[in-house]
Amino acid sequence: MLELRNVSFEVAREEGSKETKRIIDNLSLTIEDDKFTVITGPNGGGKSTLAKLIMGVEQPTSGQIFFDGVDITHQSIAERAKLGIGYGFQQPARFKGMKVKKLLDLSAGKKLPMLACNEYLTKVGLCSATYLTREVDKSLSGGEMKRIEIATILARDPKLAIYDEPEAGIDLWSFDRLTETFRDIHSARNGRSIVIISHQERIIQLADDIIWLKDGRVEAEGSAETIMPRLGLLAKDNPFCTLTHPTELHLTEIPTTC
Amino acid sequence: MSVDLSPIDQSLLEEIASIHGMPKGAYNIRKDGQLLERNSSANIEISTKTDNPGIDIHIKPGTKGETVYIPVILTASGLKDVVYNSFYVGENCDVNIIAGCGIHNSCDQDSEHDGIHSFYCGENSRVRYIEKHYGEGEGAGMRILNPVTNVYLEKNSYCEMELTQIRGVSSTVRDTNAEVGEGAKLVLNEKLLTHDEQTAVSNMKVELKGDDSSVQVISRSVAQGNSSQTFNPLVIGQAACRGHVQCDAIIMDKARVTAIPGIEAASEEAVLVHEAAIGKIAGDQIVKLMTLGLSEEEAEAEILEDFLS
Ligand SMILES: Nc1ncnc2c1ncn2[C@@H]1O[C@H](COP(=O)(O)OP(=O)(O)O)[C@@H](O)[C@H]1O
Ligand SMILES: [Mg+2]
Repeated sequence: MLELRNVSFEVAREEGSKETKRIIDNLSLTIEDDKFTVITGPNGGGKSTLAKLIMGVEQPTSGQIFFDGVDITHQSIAERAKLGIGYGFQQPARFKGMKVKKLLDLSAGKKLPMLACNEYLTKVGLCSATYLTREVDKSLSGGEMKRIEIATILARDPKLAIYDEPEAGIDLWSFDRLTETFRDIHSARNGRSIVIISHQERIIQLADDIIWLKDGRVEAEGSAETIMPRLGLLAKDNPFCTLTHPTELHLTEIPTTC
Repeated sequence: MSVDLSPIDQSLLEEIASIHGMPKGAYNIRKDGQLLERNSSANIEISTKTDNPGIDIHIKPGTKGETVYIPVILTASGLKDVVYNSFYVGENCDVNIIAGCGIHNSCDQDSEHDGIHSFYCGENSRVRYIEKHYGEGEGAGMRILNPVTNVYLEKNSYCEMELTQIRGVSSTVRDTNAEVGEGAKLVLNEKLLTHDEQTAVSNMKVELKGDDSSVQVISRSVAQGNSSQTFNPLVIGQAACRGHVQCDAIIMDKARVTAIPGIEAASEEAVLVHEAAIGKIAGDQIVKLMTLGLSEEEAEAEILEDFLS
């Protein structure tokens, strides 16, 4: 179980300025084990920052974070990783000279057999024959990077997995495969918790719980049944964010079958 | 085959040429300025030069799938070894050449090896040249390597050179010159890691002389400590040719890297591109690896290893 107690995160309003801006504002929330939670809300609402605070990439200005009863507020990223927290970045890092296979091995913490690699890549709609030996550098498209990032979390299989807008940049065909994968993850969760930051209705539909984050605060939270019907209204309050169907249909040349 | 290799000799040979004991086929192993062991094969003949110290390597036309090893090791301090090696690769060959120099200097006098290598690649031949430079030893003596590489590519030949120097070499000035003929292609992959007070200079001059000739220079380097590196690749296009130079350096600590990639076109049909980037390890790379459970140091080492792989 993950628990945030009165967590705030402030940054300087401008570089060198003493004035601060609150990105996360006195936020408290609990993510239960065995739950599939979707965090949604307008751009700039603080979703990625919240994920980074949980992973330890950012340090809260105040407040506490507990994971399975342990105060992890001041633990390093690696310590949290070892406790079982995983985070798939919204903007995945690229590595010159590193092969996809190597990144998956590092994620799993061991040399993976080919069969396992095939499985992870297939789950994100990539053909392992083509991709395992590719370098994780700028020769990969945004959508390919995104899917490899998701595969690293599948390989890691953490107790608490946070996926940050996994659908971004992914074409319609692969999106189907991806929703299926998240549905599978949901049914195989076996005590693990899955948090997905998403704007996609079809992913939100998979949720047990939904959190609506705006201006660094939880504006609404609860079971999917109670929140789903309100999403339209919540979104209307914000001209920048409307729920979208995956209509951005860019047909890429990525082979999705092996 | 009665040569006894000391454990130091063996580990140096393994480091630079990945060989255990004596290799199969044609080879020439030089130690402390002397010939240690040599073997010619049916297609590859190695002979001592008559004018200069060094060897001539003649590879018969049509030789395919053979590998020749010519590693050099230096374990004596205070030695300056200069050697000329010339490769005459006949037409229609497909061969590998494994070179390299390993210095073990545990004394306070300098050790230096200057290898002057010339490659004449015949028409339609393919040559893969791998050269590793490596230094070790606790002594205060400098470990110096100043290689000169001259490459002449005949019509439709292809030469791929992997030039690597990872750790341990105090000072190096590398000069690489190439003339690329019609339809020929040269690929130069350079990998370099310097640390402490080391200095490295790499000068390259590639002349694309024939139509449809091309060159690809990819230089990746890491500069740590107080070390300094200078890259000076120049590609000259004199025909309807293609040239691409890419210098990519990671800089750490108090190191200094200068990259001066140059291109010079003397034909309006020449297409030449150069790119150079110098920067520290990207923070998002370290953070990603830390989210996979690696410590900051482990993440850094992993990133450097892949970058230079
Ligand atoms: N380290 C930081 N420094 C300054 N501003 C930041 C920092 N991190 C996040 N922000 C700002 O906080 C807001 C929330 O960002 P983010 O968490 O990425 O939102 P979301 O993921 O919900 O779109 C944005 O306005 C962003 O520019
Ligand atoms: Mg975000």
